Amino acid sequence: MSAAAEIQLIAIAVAIACALPGVFLVLRQMAMMSDAISHTVLLGIVIAFLLIGSLDSPLLILGAASMGVFTVALVELLNRTQLVKQDAAIGLVFPALFSLAVILISRYARGVHLDVDAVLLGELAFAPFDRVTVLGIDVARGLATMGVILAVNIILITLFYKELKLATFDVGLAAALGFSPALIHYGLMAVVSVTVVGAFDAVGSILVVALVVTPAATAYLLTDKLKRMLVLAMTIGALSAISGYWLARVLDANIAGSIATMTGVIFGLVFLFAPDRGMLSLALRRLRQKWEFAQTALVIHLSNHEGKPSWEHERRVEHLSEHVHWEHDFAENVVQRAQQNGLISRRGNELSLTDAGRLRAQEALVA
Amino acid sequence: MNLFEIIQFLIEQLVFDYTVRTVALGCAVLGIVSGALGSFAVLRRQSLLGDAMSHAALPGIVIAFMLTRSKSSLVLMLGAGIAGILGTLLFIAIVRQSRIKEDSGLGIILSVFFGFGLMLLTFLQRDPDSRQAGLNSYLFGQAATLLVSDVITMALFGGVALLILGLFWKEFKLLSFDRDFGASLGFPMQWLDILLTTLLVVAIVIGLQAVGVVLMSAMIVAPAASARQWTDRLSLMVVLAAFFGALAGMGGAALSSLGDGLSTGPVIVLCISAIALFSILFAPNRGLIWRWVRRGRNRRRLRVGAVLGDLRTLALQHDDPHHAHSIEVLRAMSLGRGGVEASLKVAQGRGWVTEVTPGEWALTDAGILETERFVSADLGVTTA
Repeated sequence: MSAAAEIQLIAIAVAIACALPGVFLVLRQMAMMSDAISHTVLLGIVIAFLLIGSLDSPLLILGAASMGVFTVALVELLNRTQLVKQDAAIGLVFPALFSLAVILISRYARGVHLDVDAVLLGELAFAPFDRVTVLGIDVARGLATMGVILAVNIILITLFYKELKLATFDVGLAAALGFSPALIHYGLMAVVSVTVVGAFDAVGSILVVALVVTPAATAYLLTDKLKRMLVLAMTIGALSAISGYWLARVLDANIAGSIATMTGVIFGLVFLFAPDRGMLSLALRRLRQKWEFAQTALVIHLSNHEGKPSWEHERRVEHLSEHVHWEHDFAENVVQRAQQNGLISRRGNELSLTDAGRLRAQEALVA
Repeated sequence: MNLFEIIQFLIEQLVFDYTVRTVALGCAVLGIVSGALGSFAVLRRQSLLGDAMSHAALPGIVIAFMLTRSKSSLVLMLGAGIAGILGTLLFIAIVRQSRIKEDSGLGIILSVFFGFGLMLLTFLQRDPDSRQAGLNSYLFGQAATLLVSDVITMALFGGVALLILGLFWKEFKLLSFDRDFGASLGFPMQWLDILLTTLLVVAIVIGLQAVGVVLMSAMIVAPAASARQWTDRLSLMVVLAAFFGALAGMGGAALSSLGDGLSTGPVIVLCISAIALFSILFAPNRGLIWRWVRRGRNRRRLRVGAVLGDLRTLALQHDDPHHAHSIEVLRAMSLGRGGVEASLKVAQGRGWVTEVTPGEWALTDAGILETERFVSADLGVTTA
């Protein structure tokens, strides 16, 4: 396999593996926990490394993942004292643990391939140079690791889909039915931690956040169905990974940074142009509602005065400026639209209601 | 070296060593400004906004360098500030206009801006001239390279920010505690919000150079969270937070000069985290230790009261309020709560019970009064 293909495969695996737990983090409003975890797992790696003395052991991932879960527990412990709010608790815990990790590295693990730059920023471009043999096949270590993590994530989320769904949308019901929300919560956090550790090498800790949060949040703007949201998040993640890779190649820039940029670009596009919830369709809908409302107001006004002594006076277009306080141009515009929709008819400056117009006024008043 | 000598050495370094003194002064300025402004962020539940802003500043720094080719910290700080404010405005737009919640909004801004900055930075670094631009120092901070001119810039910006904070003190207080009331009084709350956020950006930009993008959030959150434990007054909290920030800044700068591999940023963050931990544990009234002590005392008092009540119940069955009963009976009545003997000893010390014969206890006159008082006051029940 060519290096370029291998890098893209790793990037896609990371993106999909991150998007899966990301959906649940976004829905549970714990997105920033991924930021905290992605920093503190470094301490787990350092401590495990100092104990074991090697950077290749799978125990490293275990140590790092337990530090992730420990972080979550610590934040919740602080939160439960009610002395600091949850956001402040996150802001207290992760910089402290991260600082400890940085100092430990620079004092005891210097010269080892464990530099903070790489952990924070990642360097996907070098991934194909680090190779392992799995089942007799020679692959990049990153690809093997991420492949396993991705498979585990998919299996776990398929197996516990119902439990996760329940615990995400109705904690009370989940507890009442005997699924422990705490167990599911920590299970999810363990999955996030392992994923983050695996993604470290590839994209670095800060950009893990981009892949965990952004595709999931983008998908959240596109659908109300959990299953569809999962699929969309994975797709968006994979798209960001591929387009980010090529962007990096064109610019000769950091791959992880470009992938994060692409997640942002896709998010921006969806934020603006999503069919239902995008800014554009919201603005259009508001505009349409404005004209609809004005037309309804017009037919109600007319039907109020129809057949009364005031009718000849009230039916005149220029009167709308006085009575309904519409600017002249606006009133003309509304009248034209109402005419087009067959709600009123106009002779000179005099308006009269059509049957459709009367019906519309009645319906509006009843509703 | 014993502890005293280490402290003496640190103080000598702070006073006489030119580099250490400069760095310590810079970090102290940072601590004061971020502590004071961070208080508002923490009270308004925007602790993590600082984290997002500091990350969002990176592309601003890089673009400022690309446009001007200047390495002056003033230009880079300006770029950082603009990007930080832009990131915050986008965050507000995302949260207000869509159904995305605050945590996801922060995550998106933080990671996408940072990723974009990183992409630009690496794109720029192909050009060898900019490789030494020192842009990397913004990731982890390079407090050790602070110059006197940097410190003066920091102090100037920080001073202006604090001055504005003082001028709009009442308005910001209103904004933090009762925004709707402020709006009903006719204050432009939206603009005050933007002004306060801008001041926070100033604090962050000042700190970036010293502690870097990653650790900056600690300088916003930790001093304020520490100060909050010691007081309920906003003014005192802001002053305390500034003091804690300065203490951590100077202490961290001095400590990091002690050994190799102790980068200033992380050491400062560990110092302020230690202050936060100490405050959470030991602050009077709110602190955890105090809470535990209070809880233990209450529990003991309740236990004594319960034993007295049990003795009274027993005595009532004998038409003799001083009738003595075996400790075994009391144990059985305590329903396994335990501590019966200890409670009796405490009550004996207060003169409420006497041990008539070994193992047999009875209420005294004072004890009967105390029991009445306990039953009516603590349980809210009046005696029959």
